[in-house]
Amino acid sequence: MSDHTADGLRELVAAFLRRHDPGGDRTGFLRARFDAGLAWVHHPPGRGGLGAPAHLQTVVDAAFAEAGAPDNQPRRNSIGLGMAAPTLVRHATDAQCRRWLRPLWTGEEVWCQLFSEPEAGSDLASLRTRAVRDGDDWVVDGQKVWTSLAHRARWAILLARTDPAAPKHHGLTYFVCDMSAPGVRVRPLRQVTGEAEFNEVFLTGVRIPDAHRIGEVGHGWQIARTTLMNERVAIGGRPLPREGGMVGVLARLWRERPDLRTGGLHEEVLRAWVRAEAARLAALRLRQLVAAGQPGPEGSAVKLSFAELSQRISGLEVELRGAEALRHDDWTMRRPAEPDLLGRTATYRYLRARGNSIEGGTSEILRNIIAERVLGLPAEPRVDR
Amino acid sequence: MTDLLYDADEEALRDSVRALLAAHAPWQRVLTAVDDGDPRDETLWRRLVDQIGVTSLAVPVEHGGVGAGFREVAVVLEELGRSVAPVPFLGAVVATRALLACGETTLLCQVAAAEREVALAVGLATAPDADPPPVTVGPGPTLSGRVTAVADAAPRGLLLVPAGDGLYAVDAVEPAVRYEPVVSLDVTRPLVDIEFTAAPARPVAVGAAAEAAVTEALTAGAALLASEQVGVAQWCLDTTVEYVRQRHQFGRPVGSFQAVKHRLADLWVELTEARAVARYAADRLDAGDEAALAAALAQAYCGPVAVRAAETCVQLHGGLGFTWEHPAHLYLKRAKSTAIAFGTADRHRAALARLVDLPAPPVAQGAAVR
Repeated sequence: MSDHTADGLRELVAAFLRRHDPGGDRTGFLRARFDAGLAWVHHPPGRGGLGAPAHLQTVVDAAFAEAGAPDNQPRRNSIGLGMAAPTLVRHATDAQCRRWLRPLWTGEEVWCQLFSEPEAGSDLASLRTRAVRDGDDWVVDGQKVWTSLAHRARWAILLARTDPAAPKHHGLTYFVCDMSAPGVRVRPLRQVTGEAEFNEVFLTGVRIPDAHRIGEVGHGWQIARTTLMNERVAIGGRPLPREGGMVGVLARLWRERPDLRTGGLHEEVLRAWVRAEAARLAALRLRQLVAAGQPGPEGSAVKLSFAELSQRISGLEVELRGAEALRHDDWTMRRPAEPDLLGRTATYRYLRARGNSIEGGTSEILRNIIAERVLGLPAEPRVDR
Repeated sequence: MTDLLYDADEEALRDSVRALLAAHAPWQRVLTAVDDGDPRDETLWRRLVDQIGVTSLAVPVEHGGVGAGFREVAVVLEELGRSVAPVPFLGAVVATRALLACGETTLLCQVAAAEREVALAVGLATAPDADPPPVTVGPGPTLSGRVTAVADAAPRGLLLVPAGDGLYAVDAVEPAVRYEPVVSLDVTRPLVDIEFTAAPARPVAVGAAAEAAVTEALTAGAALLASEQVGVAQWCLDTTVEYVRQRHQFGRPVGSFQAVKHRLADLWVELTEARAVARYAADRLDAGDEAALAAALAQAYCGPVAVRAAETCVQLHGGLGFTWEHPAHLYLKRAKSTAIAFGTADRHRAALARLVDLPAPPVAQGAAVR
């Protein structure tokens, strides 16, 4: 591996801060930080990193935060940072990485993901968007759905069918699509909560240069699996203090409102608290495993539990509030960058949480993945391959 | 910082315990001993004590122990749960915790040297916050009374008995101390009712110190039992997965049906969480910080997981899982009885309600009158 240590990296950050004023031009500072290999320390040199162990990133981030340096506002570009970047660094050429990784990391260019289609949800490999070779370009036609950030994104990672005759997993190719190209049309997709975090994206005769293809023609599925594995880690991976998530909202409500308490709900609140604390410790253990260089399959467990808990706890909170929960705050159509799970009403939490067991792999598909890849159980017989 | 992983020493300890149990306590042997009416395996227990030094793990170095701590004890318990081995280790650990709390250095040295077997004379179902058993003191330094369903009390061993406002050491010698065997739900964990009749006793702690020693011992029991439960659940999951991969019906492995694999996936998720909770409980016991909270969480969560694992194991083995000749029932009985040991999940949720300030609603005035 490498001989980087936490102390060594702290020194590198200190030296960097002597050369670059954290209070100066924000974009210039972030670009220089990327060039110094301090963006993603585990990436190779030249791709924003130093080839250091991944867990040392937290040391670097903390050192910059301590110095009051600007960060790259990671929540504004969650798809780019969480999914596109790990895929690019692993599968893209040097020229492609040079073009895309730095503005992605600094937040100058936001990314989105064009994978799911109306007829290809859990069965993603059945997607129908076509890419046909035409000289040095590919011409893309099709429709994508559930695309968060499409209305802000400059680039998209795109999965399209390049060989309709091949078996479905072998006919796909992975591209980077310019969202400002002619033929790309983005329409908001209004959801249960009344707002639109997601979009429908219509692709009509969109020309993508062959230089924007990632990996070999026909290898799109294998590359997409890198992206999707990172999606689950991104969703399940954040560390929380005790009562740090939705269970904290429920617990505080229970403490502040003795008038709402009943014996039956007390039992349910306690059960939810126990389950949430168990899930929190499991997520903490997962982080410790990853930091120790033993990443396990526990990420799937964390994602599955998170979905179940957020639904159960938000439903319980609505019930606990009783008559008050007959009122919702607002059905106005808005375009939030991400759901406001802790800031709005219990009814909003309850409704938004329904999506948690659908987005990023449904809970049913996750159970299949756990059963087949972790436990080694046989797949169901399939008629499509 | 709470470390929820296993370090290299802990993994090495696990390997040696697992190898010893594989060689000397395969389930066929455990089941045969159950059939013969006396599952307690003295030879196996001597091997664990002499070769691994299990009784000296939690005893500090200055009292002749290894000073390894409860995290290591928890690893041994995982393996013992995995093999439902009928040895009195859990009881020995609980008694050791009581002796540590009382500062009974002589006895600790004897425990570490395996010269003396000590057990806390309270029923296995006793929660850390429960009232002590009804044993009375007097005349003079003698004890009288009856304590029921005690686990891991060695014949002719030493008993630590809460009585009056003290904790007493009593030699288990007839006729003043009589063990009456119980037909135990958990066939691999023998229980006895103990009758004390003016049994000569020596106080080892009095007043608040005695109360604290018993509470700390039972808290350790609740916390560490979670690791045994993780071991039980892990065996049940592994064995069931192996079986449904082999077993064919309708021309397919049973394990390829989603009704089966989703159930096992859910169990794996729960087990993943139970392991983190059990590691947390053992770690907090060593750290001495939030030990009561972690123990209550452990028994509120891990007990039900072990029960679900064992019930799933029986169900997914179909008819085979319902037979006496298959070991699933040994794990079902162990799991269900551990869900009661050191207090039920419900009782521990009530403890958590106090510890994390989620109070119960007041009982409605007059509701019970009519």
